[in-house]
Amino acid sequence: MGETNGAPQLVCPAGSLRALQMAIDAGADAVYLGLKDATNARNFAGLNFDDTQVREGVRYAHARGRAVLMALNTYADARDPGPWLHAVDHAADVGADALIVADAAVLAYARDRHPDLRLHLSVQASATTYEAIEFYRERYGVQRAVLPRVLTLAQVQQLIRHTRVEIEVFGFGSLCVMVEGRCALSSYVTGQSPNTAGVCSPPSAVRWEDTAAGVEARLSGVLIDRYAPGEARGYPTLCKGRFEVGGERDYAIEEPASLNTLAILPQLLEAGIKAIKIEGRQRSPSYVAEVTRVWRAAIDQAASGSRYSVQPAWTAQLSRWAEGQQHTLGAYDRPWR
Amino acid sequence: MTLELTVGPLLYWWPRAATVSFYADVAESPASTVVLGEVVCSRRNEFRTEDWLDLARDLARAGKRVVLATQALVMSESELRTLRRLAEQDEFAVEAGDASAVRLLARHHAVHPARQPFWLGPHVNIYSRAALAEYAALGAGRWIAPVELALDAVQCVNPPEARVGGPAGELTTEVFGFGRLPLAFSARCFTARHHRLAKDVCEFRCRDDADGLLLSSAEGQPFLALNGIQTQSAALHCLLGQAHLLRECGVSSVRLSPCSEDFGAVLRLFDAVYNRGVPAADARAELAALRLPGVPVDGFAHGRAGMTLREEMLR
Repeated sequence: MGETNGAPQLVCPAGSLRALQMAIDAGADAVYLGLKDATNARNFAGLNFDDTQVREGVRYAHARGRAVLMALNTYADARDPGPWLHAVDHAADVGADALIVADAAVLAYARDRHPDLRLHLSVQASATTYEAIEFYRERYGVQRAVLPRVLTLAQVQQLIRHTRVEIEVFGFGSLCVMVEGRCALSSYVTGQSPNTAGVCSPPSAVRWEDTAAGVEARLSGVLIDRYAPGEARGYPTLCKGRFEVGGERDYAIEEPASLNTLAILPQLLEAGIKAIKIEGRQRSPSYVAEVTRVWRAAIDQAASGSRYSVQPAWTAQLSRWAEGQQHTLGAYDRPWR
Repeated sequence: MTLELTVGPLLYWWPRAATVSFYADVAESPASTVVLGEVVCSRRNEFRTEDWLDLARDLARAGKRVVLATQALVMSESELRTLRRLAEQDEFAVEAGDASAVRLLARHHAVHPARQPFWLGPHVNIYSRAALAEYAALGAGRWIAPVELALDAVQCVNPPEARVGGPAGELTTEVFGFGRLPLAFSARCFTARHHRLAKDVCEFRCRDDADGLLLSSAEGQPFLALNGIQTQSAALHCLLGQAHLLRECGVSSVRLSPCSEDFGAVLRLFDAVYNRGVPAADARAELAALRLPGVPVDGFAHGRAGMTLREEMLR
């Protein structure tokens, strides 16, 4: 799928045709995108692709030798699974290079109806072991799996040794602290979750209020955070709020920070990962272009065999786009182990 | 039709004596089925696999159906070894916590078709009929619906008049009906993080919190409960008054999740309402007087935010 000299494929987010074009111009080997409905995990207003845009996107990518992966990574609704199955047909029809799927129902349909369509296991399938990944290979013929952001480097290495499915990991972007596909926090508060609606802490449930105590961010009425005058404000994703536990008010689950694995890129390559994913279909085309450029340079350097070091300019550029301007190695870092 | 009561796996880390005493009470309770095993964190070692098996034998002798549950989040080779040990034993049925378990159990079932069908735990993501059919084909016998799935969707997945079938016969449906909801899992231990400890030197601080560590909003609203790598609701999901709707949606058993106080009384109240004709309103009043860790909610069952309570429950 387009990778050269053993370098991993750089897979970049496209929330719009403009972002897709900028990602490809900036050096993405592949872009991933979703349709304008609940069949993908970034189901936001003003985002994603209609039929004409998908076709134009595929044309643009293929003309430059790059791949388009279609994210179909929510769970089909029991009341009306139609849109998910139609989306599989749609992906095959427009010539998508692969489908990124989480739901066994959707995988089975794709396998049976479109045996030539390449299948990638979405991070939303929560496959954290080689046994789980092999299950999806044996049953559905998945050729690549995207790992949840929960494994240590040693666990990633061990997993790769025991499966022939290609492994894709996240390189940069907003960090889900919970195992993807295993989180019902958003539906607990708002009725809508990543698995069922393709959203987390949806904007429709957010309310900002100016009060004497500061600016308050509420999600369905629950106070997620309160900001002092002049304090930087973040989007009230509910796991990144400040709460009280044992009498202390703090980021009790996770601090707002972005995953950034530039520091361990050579180790990831050596472990044999086949693709690196950049998160952020909901982000601007400028984010996509700039983050893609940094990662293109980093991967090229790491794969060239010359001495690799994280360039200060890369870190500075990525910091501009990181949540709370903070970076973390997430599960690759010591406190998580 | 009887609504069976299943005691879900113990999600907390209790001292050994408390666990033993808890299950001695369960042995005398109206629950027909007990799910055993450590499903949250493999570092918890007060009860090891062999201890769970011994306890399973005791409960089976007391007349309970016993099912062994596997961990919901499997990441290490040692966790896979525990999983294989459970998948390969033939004494008890096994509830799959993830796709790793499904693969091992399906393989075992293919080789030994006569063995007990395995169960599909609530964290195996099954949201549609076609998905359930995929797992039924592998030898599953029961489906425990994801906690966020509304009852009308549960009915669409496995309707009472047209149940999904497989080599183990027609599948039965179970839903989570009582307790703090297991909402999310992480590699990170939030209990250890709260105590400023790394996970691998956590000092087993989750032992301090018999029902999880309460997390409240900055204005004091009880919101979530931290239970090691698991995040739960602070409120108690409670379907005590929904027996009619549950039966209509094809649910044949209801899972009650252990809490540290008055759990025996909770089981008796559910049995009284579901199977002995006691009015739900009377039982609700009794439930409200028990020493429980949270207030009742039921939104998930009705396709709403899980933290909400449907109005008629309040009357």
